[in-house]
Amino acid sequence: MKKALVGVFAASLLLLASGCSGSDDSDTGSDAGGKVDLTYWTWTPNMDKVVETWNAANPNIHVTVNKQDGGDPAVTKLLTAIKAGSGAPDVMQAEYQKVPTLVSADALADIKDEAGSLKDKFPESNWNSVTLGGDSVYAVPQDNAPLMFFYRKDVFDKLKIAAPKTWDDYAAAAKKIHAANAKQYLGTFSATDAGLFTGLAQQAGASWWGINGDTWSVNINDAATQKVAGYWGGLVQEGSILNTPMYTPEWNAALNDGTQVGWVSAVWAPGVLEGNAASTKGKWAAAPMPQWDTAAPKTGNWGGSATAVTTQSKHPKQAAQFIQWLNTDPAAIKLLASTANVYPATIDSSAALTSPPAFFADQADFYTLASDAAKIGNPFTYGPNVNVAYSAFNDAFGKAAESKQSAQFTAALATMQTQTVDDMKNSGFKVAG
Amino acid sequence: MTTVPAIEQPATERSAAVPTAAGRPRRRSHSRRAGTPYAFLAPAIVLFVAFLGAPIVYAAYLSLRKVKVSGLGLGSGSRTEIWAGLSNYARSLTDPEFLPSVGRIGAYGLIVVPVMLGLALLFALLLDAGRTKVGGFTRTAIFLPYAVPAVVASLLWGFLYLPRVSPINDVLEGIGVGSPNLLGSSWILYAVANIAVWGGTGFNMIVLYTALKAIPQDMYEAARLDGATEVQIAWRIKIPIIAPSMVMTFVFSLIATLQVFAEPMTLRPLSNTISSTWTPLMKVYRDAFTRDDIYSAAATSVIIALATFALSFGFLKLVGSRAFRQED
Repeated sequence: MKKALVGVFAASLLLLASGCSGSDDSDTGSDAGGKVDLTYWTWTPNMDKVVETWNAANPNIHVTVNKQDGGDPAVTKLLTAIKAGSGAPDVMQAEYQKVPTLVSADALADIKDEAGSLKDKFPESNWNSVTLGGDSVYAVPQDNAPLMFFYRKDVFDKLKIAAPKTWDDYAAAAKKIHAANAKQYLGTFSATDAGLFTGLAQQAGASWWGINGDTWSVNINDAATQKVAGYWGGLVQEGSILNTPMYTPEWNAALNDGTQVGWVSAVWAPGVLEGNAASTKGKWAAAPMPQWDTAAPKTGNWGGSATAVTTQSKHPKQAAQFIQWLNTDPAAIKLLASTANVYPATIDSSAALTSPPAFFADQADFYTLASDAAKIGNPFTYGPNVNVAYSAFNDAFGKAAESKQSAQFTAALATMQTQTVDDMKNSGFKVAG
Repeated sequence: MTTVPAIEQPATERSAAVPTAAGRPRRRSHSRRAGTPYAFLAPAIVLFVAFLGAPIVYAAYLSLRKVKVSGLGLGSGSRTEIWAGLSNYARSLTDPEFLPSVGRIGAYGLIVVPVMLGLALLFALLLDAGRTKVGGFTRTAIFLPYAVPAVVASLLWGFLYLPRVSPINDVLEGIGVGSPNLLGSSWILYAVANIAVWGGTGFNMIVLYTALKAIPQDMYEAARLDGATEVQIAWRIKIPIIAPSMVMTFVFSLIATLQVFAEPMTLRPLSNTISSTWTPLMKVYRDAFTRDDIYSAAATSVIIALATFALSFGFLKLVGSRAFRQED
């Protein structure tokens, strides 16, 4: 009996094992001249409409859009598919901070032969994110998301406050607004949005990871980031801004009923405000980011993504061709901006962005501000375990925000640094220090 | 009309065959019989192995592996899977977040299990006492939350907990009582426990109520003749008789406590107080899907499975001889 069981068990294991490796049929060469079908994972709304234009013009390379829930779930699915050996799409949208993670998991194909010549069409910081500073090209930048400051102009005007030029101005404005109306706040420190905090650290001059030869360095707990964490911790401690997360029903209600009157966000903010705070339409204004040093204005990014070819694609050449069209062709750029509402990364996008977003209809210079911001992005290198650093951020800064102690904010950076370095060392990465 | 012979045909055949089959059973099927039970068991065994046995073995295998990165870890071929020995287990158990998460579900269990089972027993006894005219409706109303998926229930309660969108806070502020931050660090455990109690009481009540219904009525009549009150009947007759069901609901609740996941996971984005390792199972999820380290996640899963196994069977052994005596 026992032997029989073991036999059945071994047989089923064999079946499972062969099932996993059985799908590895490579027919890369057979598509010459024939019709090619590509799948494209993206979470950008209306991307299928942009792709329709490509499909109409390119009957031999048909692209099917497969809508994803968002950046994180899509990456999780892709990594699982890569591990399983099948199931990945041909073309994949990937946020800039996820590119090293995906490259490290061998999920993205090197397309330098097809896309290497596109370097001059993109801002240096974005191009750096898709090449990781080396010779390979792992993706083509699609959208850029420079940080900007958004505020309720009516509230600022009433209190005779000008849009803050420096972070000191921002702190003073936050204090004044909360003093004038105890229920009103200029903003909140959100421990659930690691991407925003990263952008703020980037603006201050931090670059959390670095490559030196074959060794990584991790500098999350550096002076620039300490300055940023201490600043926001101070605002939370004195109570002039909130400590509750963004993107909750609570936060939406606060934006909509006018108790949150400002938002440090990125160029895509109008779309979010339109959905969350529809009743405040026409009352908002956009401004450049408050600065640490007005003599050398800088900004960071929050979001932004690139388009990549996966290593499982059987038609990498055609996929790269599609990506190049999508992110550099003037017609495609126009569609991206108007239909999919993305802020294109390419530097020739001004022709596509003539009128301001609907929610900011009165602000004629919206895209001038955005393009000025896009030019002053600080260089920032992401590492292969951004996910670990971000999840450490959520936990450590969640605790700090709950405590409302500025000292806890700066201490949280040490936790992030330790967890990130430990994870890399445990995996076997060469890490300095 | 035409069907009649067709039906009769096998009947006659069978009756004719019976003596033959009965006449020579032992000789022919001696060797055949030995395999028959396994043939019948085969579908179950195959399903068990494919969908339970193999995944468990695979998880155990993964828990002993890890990925080794060389150099910068970029590009193909820089990652290799190697044997890790027990290092994943060591890392899980020594993770500074692991013990607090175990302590947290311990405290959570101390709130949820007694409250939920206490309420379930109370409701079951009240319904069984037969005094209520709307028993059917009440039963359904208490059971209904169980039909609401945990994620939906958590979203629903999440809205009720958030001060600005919660009608509870409007009422509290209306009557002049300050509104507590239910998602703050001092309330969060109760806030999560409340969702579990709300969702689980109905199910346990139905289990206990069904057990109560199986008790013969004449026992109560005999007790009443002896002058027992309803409360005495409940304490001395009903509760001892349904003890096995209570043990079962306790074990179920214990396992559910160890595996609490959906409620805190859904509330997490609404609050600063729920970390990504708030419960052991959330740590497994974080390791597997946020950190992309399925090997550590597998090790923690094995630890949780062993703990669940030990606790439930330990408890059953402890109370088994008492509670299941009448079933012997």
